[in-house]
Amino acid sequence: MRYSIRTAALAGVSAIAFGAAGAAAQNLTIGVGSPVTSLDPHYHQLSPNNAVSDMIFEKLIDTDAAARNIPGLATEWRAVGPTVWEFKLRPGVRFHNGNPFTAEDVAFTIQRLPNVPNSPSSYAAYARPIVRMEIVDPLTIRFHTAAPYPLLPLDMTNVRILDAETHATATTEQFNAGTMAIGTGPFRVQSHRSGDRIEFERNAAYWGTAPAFQRVSYRMITNDASRTASLLSGDLDFIDQVPTTDLARLRADQRLALSETVGLRLIFLGLDHLRAAGENSPHITDNDGRPLGRNPLKDVRVRRALSMAIDRGAITSRIMEGAATPSGQFLPPGTFSHVADVPAPAFDPDGARRLLAEAGYPNGFRIQLNSPNDRYINDARIAQAIGAMWTRIGVRTTVEAQTWSIFVNRAARAEYSAHLIGWGSNPDGSHPLRNIMATVSSERGWGASNRGRYSNTEVDELLSQALVELDEPRREQILIRAQRMAHEDVAVIPLHIQTNIWAMRRGLTHTPRVDELTRAQDVRPAAAR
Amino acid sequence: MSVYLLRRLIQAVGVVLAMSLIVFVGVFAIGDPVEILISPDADQMERERAIKALGLDLPLWQQYGIFLGKALQGDLGRSFVFNEPALTLIMQRMPATLELALAATFGAILIGLPLGLYAGLRPNSVGSKAIMAGSILGFSLPTFWVGLMLIMVFAVQLGWLPSTGRGETVTILGTRWSFFTMDGLAHMVMPALNLALFKISLVIRLTRAGVRETMLMDYVKFARAKGLSPFRVTFVHVFKNILIPVVTVTGLEFGSTIAFSVVTESIFAWPGMGKLIIDSINVLDRPVIVAYLMIIVLMFITINLIVDLTYSVLDPRVRLEGK
Repeated sequence: MRYSIRTAALAGVSAIAFGAAGAAAQNLTIGVGSPVTSLDPHYHQLSPNNAVSDMIFEKLIDTDAAARNIPGLATEWRAVGPTVWEFKLRPGVRFHNGNPFTAEDVAFTIQRLPNVPNSPSSYAAYARPIVRMEIVDPLTIRFHTAAPYPLLPLDMTNVRILDAETHATATTEQFNAGTMAIGTGPFRVQSHRSGDRIEFERNAAYWGTAPAFQRVSYRMITNDASRTASLLSGDLDFIDQVPTTDLARLRADQRLALSETVGLRLIFLGLDHLRAAGENSPHITDNDGRPLGRNPLKDVRVRRALSMAIDRGAITSRIMEGAATPSGQFLPPGTFSHVADVPAPAFDPDGARRLLAEAGYPNGFRIQLNSPNDRYINDARIAQAIGAMWTRIGVRTTVEAQTWSIFVNRAARAEYSAHLIGWGSNPDGSHPLRNIMATVSSERGWGASNRGRYSNTEVDELLSQALVELDEPRREQILIRAQRMAHEDVAVIPLHIQTNIWAMRRGLTHTPRVDELTRAQDVRPAAAR
Repeated sequence: MSVYLLRRLIQAVGVVLAMSLIVFVGVFAIGDPVEILISPDADQMERERAIKALGLDLPLWQQYGIFLGKALQGDLGRSFVFNEPALTLIMQRMPATLELALAATFGAILIGLPLGLYAGLRPNSVGSKAIMAGSILGFSLPTFWVGLMLIMVFAVQLGWLPSTGRGETVTILGTRWSFFTMDGLAHMVMPALNLALFKISLVIRLTRAGVRETMLMDYVKFARAKGLSPFRVTFVHVFKNILIPVVTVTGLEFGSTIAFSVVTESIFAWPGMGKLIIDSINVLDRPVIVAYLMIIVLMFITINLIVDLTYSVLDPRVRLEGK
């Protein structure tokens, strides 16, 4: 009841409709839009799962709201040799069941990553570069890698640490039942009803900043309108994924407050680079519907024209209601390896027409733009708008929007000429480069999401340099050069970076996260500040 | 009778088998679940591992064979998403859906029958006309809209009822039921009403039509001529004869309420099977989809059987020969 008197005094003025602020300061009810599928922190890599895992478990390296690395269960870390990373562990940390946290637990966790049965999307990749672990003392561990590996700290921000003793034989089902959901994090699981709600209580013995709420109810409400209505009715204190159509109304509501930040998810268009210049692209024809006999998208002037034809400002202000920022690259300003001199391409339909004519298409051509209709915020409507903008420069565009499960499979087989898709980046240029703009290669594990099959040997070369460069400033410079090169070549057409928005009753304050995670420790009573 | 039941059983097995095959092939045709489930930044090695872990690397006929073999032992496979047996997942969520469907169906009968009877007996009164006009609304308003309106009015504006979710539950025989707590009932009122609205209208219309038709029958006239009280004429002679279509439709409606209350369950965040199936379809969680549809097929067959048996009770002329 630390906050109750001050909260009551302030809330009495600002939050009349919500009444009892003293009791509310102890309990928090959160409504999230995406269901959590598992409480096993190593079973299914999915943002909602990671958010809930962050409340129960902790990582060696944590990330702050802007996704910068900060000490977590490790107090410091450094490369002690070209292929050796050393982590100093935080002393005095205990798991929810009282077991002490030591280097043994870290080693156990890394060993468990590739050994979670039936995982549909595992965390094994984070353990793969580590060839050997060396426990120097109970609070020091060294990871040996086969080659220099600068991304190891970034990888460790995704690995939640378990207890070697408690979890030796723990199964995913036991985690889901709540009995094994035991970590070092700020909250303990009380009960879990899959697809419905998770009840938490404060971990009184937490080593870090104490969470503000005694109890947290984490409810999954997938329907956007219902989630908003439940906030308005007072059944929920806090919601995520605020629908853009409700933004204006919620902003005007005196009983509510919003918190928002530019995120790390870029919406962009992928283009067909797979078909050679002399081949037909699957969904491109001439103006009479006959095969064109060549793939115009192989010409950088055509790609640039298509990018210049898009009025990004109109899309972000009208369709996205301001909840997005036009962008010409994957990372927003202020992140590691953001390219300062690659702005969002300016809207220039006349220039686009000139470029098309120069490339030999004065009368344009026909193209089909494919898009999901249930995946990204306003995805199908954005595709419709782009279709109209392209048609205006003479590239007659039809839009086909489908459900994600069908769309993503066809996109993965490179069946589309142009497709709208999104990418949530790690704040490191190597992440989008390696997955989306690098030449597809199973041996290197590159280009797994390169659905347009872009390939540029110079970009590849820079990326392979960056992936073994341990000097951070130098690595950043290499990544900036590689990204600038790919974007000047219009590898993809970036559109905008989404803004992450949360809404809450007045009287609460929230630290918005660029990584979209909705976690109870980021919410506090406003008066406490 | 036993021959009849046996024949129905054999039919049921055939339908369930056909259903499982159709769903298997259908999900396969839509695409690869791994592409949807996997983290976007997983590399090719991780993708192959996941495909193997979920058994999707085998040819389709082999996958189906393995599924059938396990199904015979009562194992319908493990969910790709939750790594729990599909059957367990469905059974965990069935009580929530079942109680909602029961509440909606009984509500529909309790409200629909008397109103329909009244409208049939006094077709020209103002009340009857209002009832019939209302039933048209019940038919034609889309469920999602009515659901949202209910929330806006009763939860947001008036604050009488909780907006979403399932309330407090009482555990009986290992499953959770919200019938027995006030909080549980309060949470159930709006979703149940939302589901019942269409059914109420249906029952009203069926009952009214039946009453209007039956009132003109000779045996009703004869009963009246015999000097029986209007009450006895209505509730013994008329009522029993109009029940057959009402029972048929209510039975089938009950089935489809259990199986396909997806919209209502999503809007009210009701943790039932409908939400599970729609989430599973979105991520192509094949074991859950297959198990769910097999259970639904069995359920419909059972309901149809019960409806047929009810006929023979209501109308002695119906004989269960299964021809």
